[in-house]
Amino acid sequence: MKFAVIEFPGSNCDHDAYHATKHVLGQQAEFVWHKETDLRGADVVVLPGGFSYGDYLRTGAIARFSPVMACVCEFAHAGGPVIGICNGFQVLLEVGLLEGALLRNNRLKFLCEHIHVRVEQTDTPFTSGAVAGQVLTLPIAHGEGNFHASPETLVALEANRQVVFRYCAADGAQTDAANPNGSAHAIAGVCNVERNVVGLMPHPERACESMLGSADGRVVLESVINTFASAGAA
Amino acid sequence: MSIHQTTIDAHGFSPEEYQRLLEILGREPTITELGIFSVMWSEHCSYKSSRLHLRRFPTDGPRVVQGPGENAGAVDIGDGITAVFKIESHNHPSFIEPYQGAATGVGGIIRDIFTMGARPIALLNSLRFGELDNPATRRLVDGVVAGIAGYGNSIGIPTVGGEIAFEPGYAGNPLVNVFCLGVAKADALAMGVASGAGNPVYYVGAKTGRDGIHGATMASAEFDEHSADKRPAVQVGDPFMEKLLLEACLEVMRTDALVGIQDMGAAGLTCSTSEMGARGDSGIEIDVSLVPQRETGMTPYEIMLSESQERMLLVARRGREAEVEQVFEKWDLHAVRIGEVTGDGLLRIRDQGQVVAEIPNRPLADRAPLYDRPTMRPAYLDDANHLDLATLAPPADPRRIWLDLLDTPAVASKRWVYRQYDHMVRTNTVVLPGLGAGVVRVKGTARALVFSLDGNGRHCFLDPAEGGRLAVAEAARNVACAGAVPIGATNCLNFGNPERPEIMWQFSQAVDGIAEACRALDVPITGGNVSLYNETDGQAIYPTPVLGVVGVLDDVTHVLTRVFPEPDLEIVLLGDPAGGLGGSEYLKQAHGLVRGAPAPVDLDRERALQELLVDAARGRWIRSAHDGSDGGLAVTLAECCVESGAVGAQVDLPESVESVERDDRFGVVQALFGEAPSRVVVSVATGQRERLLSRARERAVPAVVIGRTGGDRIRLAVAGEQVADIGLDEAEQAWGQGLTRHFETVASREA
Repeated sequence: MKFAVIEFPGSNCDHDAYHATKHVLGQQAEFVWHKETDLRGADVVVLPGGFSYGDYLRTGAIARFSPVMACVCEFAHAGGPVIGICNGFQVLLEVGLLEGALLRNNRLKFLCEHIHVRVEQTDTPFTSGAVAGQVLTLPIAHGEGNFHASPETLVALEANRQVVFRYCAADGAQTDAANPNGSAHAIAGVCNVERNVVGLMPHPERACESMLGSADGRVVLESVINTFASAGAA
Repeated sequence: MSIHQTTIDAHGFSPEEYQRLLEILGREPTITELGIFSVMWSEHCSYKSSRLHLRRFPTDGPRVVQGPGENAGAVDIGDGITAVFKIESHNHPSFIEPYQGAATGVGGIIRDIFTMGARPIALLNSLRFGELDNPATRRLVDGVVAGIAGYGNSIGIPTVGGEIAFEPGYAGNPLVNVFCLGVAKADALAMGVASGAGNPVYYVGAKTGRDGIHGATMASAEFDEHSADKRPAVQVGDPFMEKLLLEACLEVMRTDALVGIQDMGAAGLTCSTSEMGARGDSGIEIDVSLVPQRETGMTPYEIMLSESQERMLLVARRGREAEVEQVFEKWDLHAVRIGEVTGDGLLRIRDQGQVVAEIPNRPLADRAPLYDRPTMRPAYLDDANHLDLATLAPPADPRRIWLDLLDTPAVASKRWVYRQYDHMVRTNTVVLPGLGAGVVRVKGTARALVFSLDGNGRHCFLDPAEGGRLAVAEAARNVACAGAVPIGATNCLNFGNPERPEIMWQFSQAVDGIAEACRALDVPITGGNVSLYNETDGQAIYPTPVLGVVGVLDDVTHVLTRVFPEPDLEIVLLGDPAGGLGGSEYLKQAHGLVRGAPAPVDLDRERALQELLVDAARGRWIRSAHDGSDGGLAVTLAECCVESGAVGAQVDLPESVESVERDDRFGVVQALFGEAPSRVVVSVATGQRERLLSRARERAVPAVVIGRTGGDRIRLAVAGEQVADIGLDEAEQAWGQGLTRHFETVASREA
């Protein structure tokens, strides 16, 4: 299948996503520059991490106006799978494909370390290969990953089963100590109501080779590859 | 218009230097020319006090592709790839404005690397501050770490490790040394050269403002109580702009339309124009009115001396301008043509056509002052080198000392620091920070690059030559502990005021020690940086050379870390068990003393040890390796047990009968906490033990089995007698929180 990795000025995990999908998982992958207006026949879109436009003004706030985002929205509205990782998640929130906002980490420091998340929902294209409740070890690397939403939105996100990943301890328990950034409801990732757009703060693309400390992120990318393969076979 | 004497003095010229300027020009300078000479001949840019000594470094070797003199050094790592690396200091700016000072230091060293045509793939830093009980120091640490994080994280280059130390002598002069490593195809290195008369000169990047004017001269003067007033001389960094420049410059280099490229670092447009011209034996002519400016009314003097960040100077091939301009347009950057290369060898600056400066390029660089400053062995050494253990209070319970040392910020886990750095971006980081040397794989090959920064101001204070040797040996040993062959080095020499003979003696001694060790260990110096005048109110820092050693690991899967990976492994000590207390962490922590002499390094034995480690990693006979340094073997062993893995150990250390400081009361303390170079703790499966021991014998490296991994406690015996015993949880608590608690308790108190 073909991955489109969107490159904004200031994206810096674009190569991480490209490497994981192309060289580790053996799929087609192509960078798509933010000024382009064509996704070049991609089957799945990745909005990578980084500091698009330096994160000036507000994370993801300027990137959402890039020409390519109109194509991404059109692709998403047509049901195409879209994943936003870290800064990509922030862009998806800014453009309105996902609901909520990301504030500064509650301890105000940038945090880079391996953490644990629990897979809460398996009926998205990015979690279909996981088992409900499965605990993944993934890296985080962000200063603004503190998920926030209005009480009504949080209720709706929970009621619609849109919380896809939640921070947890190694054994899957949801504890305050295991929530690295103060996110509401320990939310690490969410999806849209249609479930084809997923955004998360942890980096599955950085956890695809055990040499790098964890290969647990593969399940996220392999899910969408297998979803696509079985859809093709049907 | 004649230049007034007070103006000449304000620019820091000695009468002899000004006389030389007059000879070169054959007339009185304009104010712009005076400014240009002043920054080019500042200590920071001309190395006038240190150049003579730096010639003693070995700089050649079969793997050296680029030695000192360019923006960074380069070594061949095989597969047609070169590793490009350099270290630089940003000490003075970081003291005045910690966040921006440190951030722009990172920005500067990254530019030095990509200017060479290399893709930067890793950052390290070496930091020194006063003690953490001082709130001003905590603010400095917080600001510097945040500045490094803010820049490196945003631009997307992983900060994979480094070192940090705390000594009272750095309170008024913190050291912020940053190192960057990149990789380039061997045939694609770019150079900072201007040649080919008529070729266009381009300016690209951020606009020029008044920030940083005289930054280079500030870095060449001592501090006093007015230093805080120098804040306008510190530049402000924009990592987003630099990310665009990085990508655009690497892209433009692939077009072959480029002749040369240089970043505008210290002394900005002045240094980049004159250095590029001098290297190419060319003249260069620019019109400052064409330089993009973000402030109005800037004079040619200000434009030439501005140190605004994130700016590059390029020389393109005539006729290929459109290609260059197109690449920058793609990245929303505008390459502005500000002049051209000429054949007359002059640096000619115009302002709206009118000549405001005209200086012969070569003499500006080649005839820069060069001083053979007087040296004198400092008087303090006679007393400081004398250590009489008999005068010390009897040592405390070894268990208490052990826990206290693990809790010392200099020894404790640096997690609070490195978790603020994105150390994983680009997915090459094979060894996470805190587990040993930095290790990044080189995608497209089986190899990894391994690198370590090391220095010890206390050692150099007590014996600068030995301190220099020890720093090289330790950095190379850390690289070898990961399994890699050390192949090249860079250094950052941080010292006080070179006009004082005692300081110059320290400098000269340290250079001798470094040079000797680099020769013995076969790690040529490919470049580096000198930072002098690290003094406040006449009080100099410890002489602090920081060594960066780079090594290559042919098969990344052979990599080793410090951690004991599982129970039931045998623990072997490679190297002479005897450690000394001179200059040790124990002596400082337990007795408040910096005294004695550091244990000397036997460079032949050190080399044999490093070769053994590389063989052992390659043959997979050992499972982990950890260099014994601050806090002695007890601390080393605890570090092998804690954090990831968390497996205990039972160890019996030999008594250090050889020690010169032998005092019966301190026998156990010396065995546990004595420090010495050339000692490495390794773990080995029982089946591989004999092979390791026999290979060690062949290389004449002492090797002794000292214990076994397992359990949830770390138990230490000396000569068969159990002397200290701590639980893994206690060790983790002390070591894991020793640095962190200084910041988090403060935060909660202020909250």
